[in-house]
Amino acid sequence: MAPYEWTIHETLEHLRRGEISAVEVTEAYLRRIEALDPILHAYLTVTPDLALAQAREADERWAAWRRDPTMPLPPLNGIPLAIKDVICVRGVRCTCGSRILENFVPPYEATAVARLREAGAVFLGKTNTDEFAMGSSTENSAFGPTRNPWDVERVPGGSSGGSAAAVAADLCAGALGTDTGGSVRQPAALCGVVGLKPTYGRVSRYGLVAYGSSLDQIGPITKDVRDAALLLQWIAGPDPQDATSWPAPVPDYTRALIPDLKGMRVGVPPEYFIPGMQPEVEAAVREAIEVLAELGAEVIEVSLPHTAYALPTYYMIAPAEASANLARYDGVKYGLRIQGETIWDTYRLTRGRGFGPEVKRRIMLGTYALSAGYYDAYYLKAQKVRTLIRRDFEQAFEKADVIVCPTSPTTAFRLGERTADPLQMYLADIFTITANLAGICGISIPCGFDNQGLPIGLQILGPALGEEKILRVAYAYEQATPWHHRRPPLTAATSPGGPSGAGEPPA
Amino acid sequence: MALSREEVEHIAELAKLALTEEEKALYAEQLSAILDYFRKLQEVDTSDIPPTATVLPIRNVFRPDEPGEPMPRELLLQNAPAQADGCFQVQPILE
Repeated sequence: MAPYEWTIHETLEHLRRGEISAVEVTEAYLRRIEALDPILHAYLTVTPDLALAQAREADERWAAWRRDPTMPLPPLNGIPLAIKDVICVRGVRCTCGSRILENFVPPYEATAVARLREAGAVFLGKTNTDEFAMGSSTENSAFGPTRNPWDVERVPGGSSGGSAAAVAADLCAGALGTDTGGSVRQPAALCGVVGLKPTYGRVSRYGLVAYGSSLDQIGPITKDVRDAALLLQWIAGPDPQDATSWPAPVPDYTRALIPDLKGMRVGVPPEYFIPGMQPEVEAAVREAIEVLAELGAEVIEVSLPHTAYALPTYYMIAPAEASANLARYDGVKYGLRIQGETIWDTYRLTRGRGFGPEVKRRIMLGTYALSAGYYDAYYLKAQKVRTLIRRDFEQAFEKADVIVCPTSPTTAFRLGERTADPLQMYLADIFTITANLAGICGISIPCGFDNQGLPIGLQILGPALGEEKILRVAYAYEQATPWHHRRPPLTAATSPGGPSGAGEPPA
Repeated sequence: MALSREEVEHIAELAKLALTEEEKALYAEQLSAILDYFRKLQEVDTSDIPPTATVLPIRNVFRPDEPGEPMPRELLLQNAPAQADGCFQVQPILE
């Protein structure tokens, strides 16, 4: 087994035993990125110098620990990770997949990244994303799409498609993504890996470029459930730099990883099995529910009656918040500036040319929803329906410990298949957006493959701060099934035949 | 509901977005379709339902008002499209 195939916990074990150095593991990943990323385009920026410097420091800490095992050893010492390019790593360009930030180098670091750095992690680079995390396929990146490692003619999902594809293709040991309407879980499902969206406020948003501030959350994308628990452990927790971080202590998530489900009540909502969904997805999820029952869970039906209104609610609230958040891109303090005759022309030109089509569409939509005369009918109405969606979940979680359903109604779709029709693209998020609206946690794990060999995701939703519950169910299921051992049939010879991307941003 | 070209231009002006003629036509069509879809929300009875602005149960996070170490000026200016005399440089905003 090559080092890049190991999970995070397996890599830690090999490093602990001294069988391989952090530099060797890092070099193995860098070589694999060099071989495969020209095809997949999972990364926007690769940082070999930073990664190797961090790996050398990690090896020094391993050596010091070997000389004296009482020396403190950080928990992720020498683990190579990838960071979605909307999360700031100090001194490393952060483009957000946008021309407007093409050359932006953040002078500060996201709290989640700083905590991983303190935990000894190695940063391989920044991963591709839909522009400002707005999208469900990573096709909205200004620098060209990422391709799905299971079929390079298909999308990896989005917006954290670069992170999910990188994990699936073994181009990193694990990654951070962000989830505003499903952007960790949906690409994890479409790429056959694990993606966890923590409870709103569980992970600090400081240093995450804002999209929808009442919805955004950073979460781990990993090769298995234990790895998701390990990363969440170090990025979770209150942060004085983020007033919306939840002031609750962080439990030991690995203690939740037990392989049976005795006493767990698993709720199944009929509203998440809809006409038009791919039959193989429904079949795989129903089979997974049977496995949960065999593992000791009590399976019950729960109802989430306002589910049908979640999509319009989300696509009103998120663009409204985005239109306010993206007002800051004015060409003054950072980012692109296209000079016009007056300062007003400069604003219009900078924003008109710097933002891509989907970002402009959402800014327009959000601006309209917040504008005089429409606020009550659109934005305020959506906020009220959001309350009803939250209450649905509160009532469901009185009866069930977790709720299980599909992550996405279909497996990975073809590149270009949905780009012409925004509403069709928005439907890709139909099962994931409710968790963001309700502020609860969720995880997607592999639960099978369709007849084209494309992965299917099982979504497990838990109440606010219920990460231990979803991890327990996810772990028990994973350990009882073979799906997480499968890897995409990917070699450097794999070559895409479709249209090529818009090219790399200049280094 | 169909958005007119004038409405699209008005929204673009509020959002300070220079749009091409093609973009105006495309957004008029696409935003109209999306807004039509949103009318589904009007089916829901929300009388006496309070709006949700945040899902967090916390209100008003306070900390001591103590000065910290500011970020160095050069670092803050390093991403500026234009700078002069240690300041961000912009065009005149007053005639």
